[in-house]
Amino acid sequence: MFPPGHDPGPDFHRVLRELGLLPLSSPLSGPSPAARLSGVGGGTAGGALGETLALAHGTTICAVRYRDGVVMAGDRRATAGSAIAHRTMEKVHPADAHSGVAIAGVAGPALEMVRLFQLQLEHYEKVEGQALSLEGKANQLSQMVRSNFSMAMQGLVVVPLFAGYDLRRAKGRIYTYDPTGGRYEETDYHAEGSGGRDARTTIKLGFKEGMSREEAVELCVRALWEAADEDAATGGPDAVRGIYPTVATITAEGFQRVPEAEVAEAFRRVISTLSAAEVRGAEEEAGASGGLGGSPAAPGGPASGQVGGDRPAGAGWAGSGPVGEALP
Amino acid sequence: MTMPFYVAPEQFMKDKADFARKNIARGRPLVATVYDQGVLICAENSSRSLHKVSEIYDKIAFAGVGKYNEFDQLRVSGVQAADVKGYQFSREDVDARSLANLYARYMGNVFTHEMKPLEVEILVAEVGSRRGEDQIFHILYDGTVVDEDRFSALGGEADAITTRMDRAFRPDWSLAEALRACVEALAGPDRRLSPHDLEVAVLERSDGRRAFRRVLEPEVERLLGPPAGAGTAEKPGEG
Repeated sequence: MFPPGHDPGPDFHRVLRELGLLPLSSPLSGPSPAARLSGVGGGTAGGALGETLALAHGTTICAVRYRDGVVMAGDRRATAGSAIAHRTMEKVHPADAHSGVAIAGVAGPALEMVRLFQLQLEHYEKVEGQALSLEGKANQLSQMVRSNFSMAMQGLVVVPLFAGYDLRRAKGRIYTYDPTGGRYEETDYHAEGSGGRDARTTIKLGFKEGMSREEAVELCVRALWEAADEDAATGGPDAVRGIYPTVATITAEGFQRVPEAEVAEAFRRVISTLSAAEVRGAEEEAGASGGLGGSPAAPGGPASGQVGGDRPAGAGWAGSGPVGEALP
Repeated sequence: MTMPFYVAPEQFMKDKADFARKNIARGRPLVATVYDQGVLICAENSSRSLHKVSEIYDKIAFAGVGKYNEFDQLRVSGVQAADVKGYQFSREDVDARSLANLYARYMGNVFTHEMKPLEVEILVAEVGSRRGEDQIFHILYDGTVVDEDRFSALGGEADAITTRMDRAFRPDWSLAEALRACVEALAGPDRRLSPHDLEVAVLERSDGRRAFRRVLEPEVERLLGPPAGAGTAEKPGEG
């Protein structure tokens, strides 16, 4: 029990600090590793430390507003340098019943931040008897990103993407952050991470006001496909292992994961509409190398030929897959 | 220099206990019981915003009678302790027993060392993963912990309520049956309690993480069935 002057109120982060537990504070001391590695790092100190210590990072995450709320999606790959550290990492997490948080950046501190953020929201809700407003939640996350700033300066950057359903205004809202804790509200969509730029462009081209759930899920999946196509640190769908990106919707009913079968189906539809040029390239390569080379299917790894899951292994995907059938 | 009057320790403790007991009995009572799907807590409370029953952690609920500010502070401390423990170790490591001990230690300390004891009695309940694993801890103003495995009554005429509950209790009863028995036990023979006078919450056994759920007025009304009936007259549509 805290004495009156030290009562942390509904703030879980303060409870931990009062108890001498210092979450998200820098574990490193002495000169910043970024400075020590300046020869390697150049402009991006983050890359320097991340690569030197082989920390897991690399991501594409995105959020798109649609008719009923927001769709959030994220790939499952974590990389350490040029190696794949994890194939099944979850980057889209429920923050509480009506909001979600997706993370890009160094995996360790990012997951810790998510855990702390979830606890913070739940703690507030229990102590105060009602949940924070969506804006209140977004500001909380901003403070957490800011408290991570000293670590960000040493290269351990964490950049979350926050989205939720605002029950008071009855609409989905999306917030983005920068490493200094700056909080920006996006009107329609955003994507973050090493493949974020490609995902953002894809969403920009495909976004419509008032999309249905199906359209919004498909747009996110398409964005992840394009990001995985251009960015080595972003994983595509993996039909051999049955690993598909995490997709979730946040509506008045709350945070709900989109079932994996539905995500796989969305990928199948996306692939069936790829442009003729992409498919021709793949066809040529399929003839030359068995269809596993640098085709648009590459992000999925060796299994991308069977995104549908129903094609024989090793078959080139252009000739036998749904793509060929869909061509005019 | 004046010397303070000598008061025998027995007398001093007895005075403090009487003071606490008297003030707790003045407050309105609550009763908690196990039922087939978990733990039911039913309190007499006409306020919709100042709660007597609330959530502490995934499977743990808290209820208090007596002085509101005192048991509310205990509730917040419980939430803090549980959340910190879950953060430091694992969510599975947070249990009602250690929380009850924490409360007992604190309330015992206040009772022995402070001038004024706490004028509250509290209840810590935990729903188990199977029937028969539910736990109810009743903690008294002096830190005494009572471990109940059927039901527990706090505040008001607790003894009379306990007697009535003892007569009505059946193991593995449904939520509707348990709620009706609790309301009748709280009301006694001479009064009627309407759903508006009640604060009801349950800890439900389910696959979900957070088991605590408030049972709001319309549902209480439905569970209690038609008000005119003579007590256990008829069953509602489902158990």
